[in-house]
Amino acid sequence: MSKKIGNVWVFIEQDGGKIADVSLELVCKGRELADTLGTKVEALLLGHNVKGLCPTLHSLGVDNVFLAEDPRLNQYSPIPYTKVIIEQIKKHKPNIILFGATVAGRSLAPRVASKQLAGLTADCTELRIDSFEDKASGQTLPNKLMQIRPAFGGNIIATIVNSWDDPQMVTVREGVMKMSEAKPGRKGDVTAIKVELDEADCLLQIIERFKEEKSVNLKGAQIIVSGGYGMGSKDGFALVKKFAEAIGAQVAASRAAVDAGWIDHDHQVGQTGVTVRPRLYIACGISGSVQHRAGMAESAKIIAINHDPAAPIFSIAHYGIVGRVEDVLPKFVKAYKGHG
Amino acid sequence: MGLTILVFAKQVPDTKNVTGKAMKDDGTVNRAALPAIFNPEDLNALEMALELRGRFGGKVIVATMGPPTAANILRHALYMGADETILITDRKFAGADTLATSYTLSCAAKKVGTFDVILCGRQAIDGDTAQVGPQLAEKLDIPQLTYVEEIRDVKGGKLRAKCQIDGGFEVVETPLPALLTVIDANTPRPAGAKRLMQYKKAVTRSELLAKSGGADYEDANRLAEEEKRLKKSNLWIHEWSAADIGADPNRIGLPGSPTKVKNIQSVVLAGGTYKDIPPTEDGIKGLVHDLVAEHILS
Repeated sequence: MSKKIGNVWVFIEQDGGKIADVSLELVCKGRELADTLGTKVEALLLGHNVKGLCPTLHSLGVDNVFLAEDPRLNQYSPIPYTKVIIEQIKKHKPNIILFGATVAGRSLAPRVASKQLAGLTADCTELRIDSFEDKASGQTLPNKLMQIRPAFGGNIIATIVNSWDDPQMVTVREGVMKMSEAKPGRKGDVTAIKVELDEADCLLQIIERFKEEKSVNLKGAQIIVSGGYGMGSKDGFALVKKFAEAIGAQVAASRAAVDAGWIDHDHQVGQTGVTVRPRLYIACGISGSVQHRAGMAESAKIIAINHDPAAPIFSIAHYGIVGRVEDVLPKFVKAYKGHG
Repeated sequence: MGLTILVFAKQVPDTKNVTGKAMKDDGTVNRAALPAIFNPEDLNALEMALELRGRFGGKVIVATMGPPTAANILRHALYMGADETILITDRKFAGADTLATSYTLSCAAKKVGTFDVILCGRQAIDGDTAQVGPQLAEKLDIPQLTYVEEIRDVKGGKLRAKCQIDGGFEVVETPLPALLTVIDANTPRPAGAKRLMQYKKAVTRSELLAKSGGADYEDANRLAEEEKRLKKSNLWIHEWSAADIGADPNRIGLPGSPTKVKNIQSVVLAGGTYKDIPPTEDGIKGLVHDLVAEHILS
């Protein structure tokens, strides 16, 4: 009685012909999910003159690209993008749709989910296929997408399932899913979509736009020094920056430090920031909530510096220094300089 | 004529220091176990609404869906300067995910009738999903601007706002009505002292009944009088049930929520596996030596 399973879709976010990293990461995750389900991976690529991006998508495992090209799709805009995607969903009935939890993704995914009456789970940190026993209907549903995310402040991980009809929709932050190796020359299909938009769909007008490459690239960093609320103040946080500079590391922060206004969000590591896997992660004054750990637990080596020996960060640390950060960092710099 | 500005706000548990005890067996949140606060970015939305009214005139209506105690944030909205408040409350709303919530709010917005702008915080701190704003815009079939920092102008039925995007910003113009989700880019005004004295007496019907010792039939006339008096002094918090807003029972609360919590896992931390480095010069020197030797530090 198994019904045919729809394909796994990935929304490809692009700007000026450059694909967002998170979309490529999701293609790789999509490939893995599709292999488990025995389905195809298909990409939704919307934009203007973006056909040249298809080979990159194919090389990472996309079987088919739904390509919608139109000048009105050049920049992301919620209404036209939703309309194009909804038409394809109705036509092809995908099983799963993955979106990057970018500013645009967090605008588009809910709009699509609302129109489609589909469930949507934000900021998943893990996705896998399993069966789900629906207590409401008494049915066991095979091959459902387990949407796993830290929930609600504390040390809680929730597994969420969309119990209604497909598609099952999720958003994922940058860096959470790992890239797999591209196979240049891997072949795939391209399905051109006829874009039909009315004037009434294109009401938003972008008057001005400013965008620059991110000044920080934490994802690629080998050594990261990260500061938390335990740094106490903006001045306290400056110690973290100084320390990072001294040992040639990138600066990161926990959400609490970002929320306090000590550093901007591009530096945030964790569930609602970026996920990193450096060679060395030095956590300074970070207690280590489950959300923060979700973004750095896979670092090769972790040093935790915290005056509170009970801080959860120590549970995943390889080296722990129980002490005051402002005392420890200068000693570290001295030892480091003495070494060279 | 001015603008009719609708603000949707949420009362949220203060998510700092939440433990597994705050979750019920069905995976939903036991809000009673936590202090409840006005969702921070919804305060930014309300501040933006009050500024907008200051510039262009009109009125600010604040609505929230939640348990009866959510009336507390509506009173706070009145202290800050809201003109009118609505509590959307019903046991049938319990267990709503973002889809069911946005449907419920859309029914309430339709009951309000005409409006020019809907403002809400970008996201609520208890879920951080940022989904309800865009979903509500879709349900009302109006455009949305997300991550709004600042409203530049309102003119000729159009609104121009500066919005954050990844790596920069956009200035976008939208026809009205439109929905805007607002980020932490202004400073919400404190409660006005005079307004606080005045509006702390604002109540919902349920609160009035409870205060009057229950709905005795004999008291019905007296209660009706009291209600009339409160309404006249603008001390009345509207209270709308699922039936009041004409919501389809299958689209609200748990039945209206496609996402189900399969399980909740408390993360048990296995402690004590790390190498303890004393915070002394020698201790740290040894650590740096090891890191360099292992080519972790260069």
